[in-house]
Amino acid sequence: MSDPILTLSGVHTDIAQYHILEGVDLQVPRGGVTMLLGRNGVGKTTTLRTIIGHWKAKSGTISFDGSDITALPVPARARAGIGFVPEDMGIFGDLSVEENMVLAAVSGPLDPARLDWLFTVFPPLKTFWKSPAGTLSGGQKQMLSIARAMAEDRRLYLIDEPTKGLAPAIISTMAGALRELKRQGASILLVEQNFSVAKALGDTVAVMENGRIIWTGEMAQLATDAALQERLMGLSMEAH
Amino acid sequence: MSAAPDHTPTFAALSLSDRLEKAAPFLLVPVLVVLGFFAIGTTSSWLTLTVSGLAMGMMIFIMASGLTLVFGLMDVINFGHGAFISVGAYVGISVLLALSGWTGAPSLVLNILAVLLAVFAAIAVTGALGWGFERVIVRPVYGAHLKQILVTVGGLIVIEQLIQMVWGPEEIFLTRPEMLKGAVTFAGAAVEKYRLLAVVIGLILFVAMRMVLLRTKIGLIVRAGVANGEMVEALGYRLRIVFIGVFIAGSALAGLGGVMWGLYQEVITAGMGEEMMILVFIVVIIGGLGSVEGAFIGALLVGLLQNYLAFLEPKLALISNIALMAAILMWRPQGMLPVVKAK
Repeated sequence: MSDPILTLSGVHTDIAQYHILEGVDLQVPRGGVTMLLGRNGVGKTTTLRTIIGHWKAKSGTISFDGSDITALPVPARARAGIGFVPEDMGIFGDLSVEENMVLAAVSGPLDPARLDWLFTVFPPLKTFWKSPAGTLSGGQKQMLSIARAMAEDRRLYLIDEPTKGLAPAIISTMAGALRELKRQGASILLVEQNFSVAKALGDTVAVMENGRIIWTGEMAQLATDAALQERLMGLSMEAH
Repeated sequence: MSAAPDHTPTFAALSLSDRLEKAAPFLLVPVLVVLGFFAIGTTSSWLTLTVSGLAMGMMIFIMASGLTLVFGLMDVINFGHGAFISVGAYVGISVLLALSGWTGAPSLVLNILAVLLAVFAAIAVTGALGWGFERVIVRPVYGAHLKQILVTVGGLIVIEQLIQMVWGPEEIFLTRPEMLKGAVTFAGAAVEKYRLLAVVIGLILFVAMRMVLLRTKIGLIVRAGVANGEMVEALGYRLRIVFIGVFIAGSALAGLGGVMWGLYQEVITAGMGEEMMILVFIVVIIGGLGSVEGAFIGALLVGLLQNYLAFLEPKLALISNIALMAAILMWRPQGMLPVVKAK
């Protein structure tokens, strides 16, 4: 792979007494969507949280756009150009939708043109602009969470299960937003349990098992190889 | 460009009981004031006690407001907060004693200048002390509650002893500046001038704090940081710097509260901050962790209830604060307006 935007080399992460990541080696190509797949509990969320810095890597290195960010604090990683959408969405429920978005514009005021674009991608945000974010539905919160990450240009987006528990119509909106990001040349590392969504969005794939990456390749290859899916993730064609 | 599918969400209107449940904490103070009026019976006594209760509540709020944000932002339990109250009182009162020529003069301008200098000195010293306290005592124990309690209590004791070394072990008596002595008469009630001033200062500070928290970006970061500090950092904000700023501001406010409390009581001791911490913690807990509005309502409830009961049933006043806390926590175990859920 030529000039990846993100490289993890031998990353180990402990959470309390548990050894969760056991030497993750991963490269995320510049531009496009890399799917991080695997069964529940294999370390996908921990990998994203280690990249953004919420968990400290016990050993190994994390390199972003050619710079070693392993020792950087979380805000410095975000300011370097990494956007993070956590599994729990991280919405500030007592703040309005507007305040959530204003907060997301770290480097200055919210750009009106970018906001207009976000309203076309996520119309409910405009409808509920002044409403407390805590009163939004699950799908609307997820839209806000992703819109917040998109409020400023980021070079890499880490997105953790954006379609979890959402209705098909909302999943379609999410997929549309991620395609739009991809079209603009952003790099995305996406954890996703919904294999249909993963197939539709992913360019490359990394599959995890027991805290390690056990397979990397093209989504086109994985999507058409049922035996490989079964072997890597216990998926069968009937399941999707 | 991808557009969302047709989606026209609406909010269901809240029922009357839901709206009442949300508004209930804000109604407690007016309800208590009205109940106090009927229980006390005479307008003049009620007015005097109400102003006294509000003044006491405002001073407690000033001392507690920084602590609740520190709790909420970094999950830090700072028992050393009382030290800032004592140091603020000693520094401020020392300035006033040094300016006795101004405070004793029957000149409003000189009196106000003396008080302002005392307040600025107290704020500056306790703000700087707060910065040092955070660096030396609090920072090494982030995330460790038991250690936080132990070291901050230790810091409180050390600072109290230092106060006694500098100013001596005896309490210091003082008199208020000339123009703040005495009372004004209104509707047959004698209301102390100083208490009125305390109410005005408390209100100004509360409004200013709300303006900063609601209308500025830094306020937005603080509010978001109290709710979910991890996410604020993931957006790119250095929450540690914000926290240090809040810690310093909270320490300075405690120092201001110390000066005001000293002038209110007309006596200061090294242990006054430690004694006030019981009330301050009650206010922070019943208000709900991380909530400035909750601390404000809680402080007014504490002040008013204590004053009303001291008049109506003096023995009950001894347990009024604990009884209030028990009642509020039975009603709302997380406090009235929690921003951070207690763990």
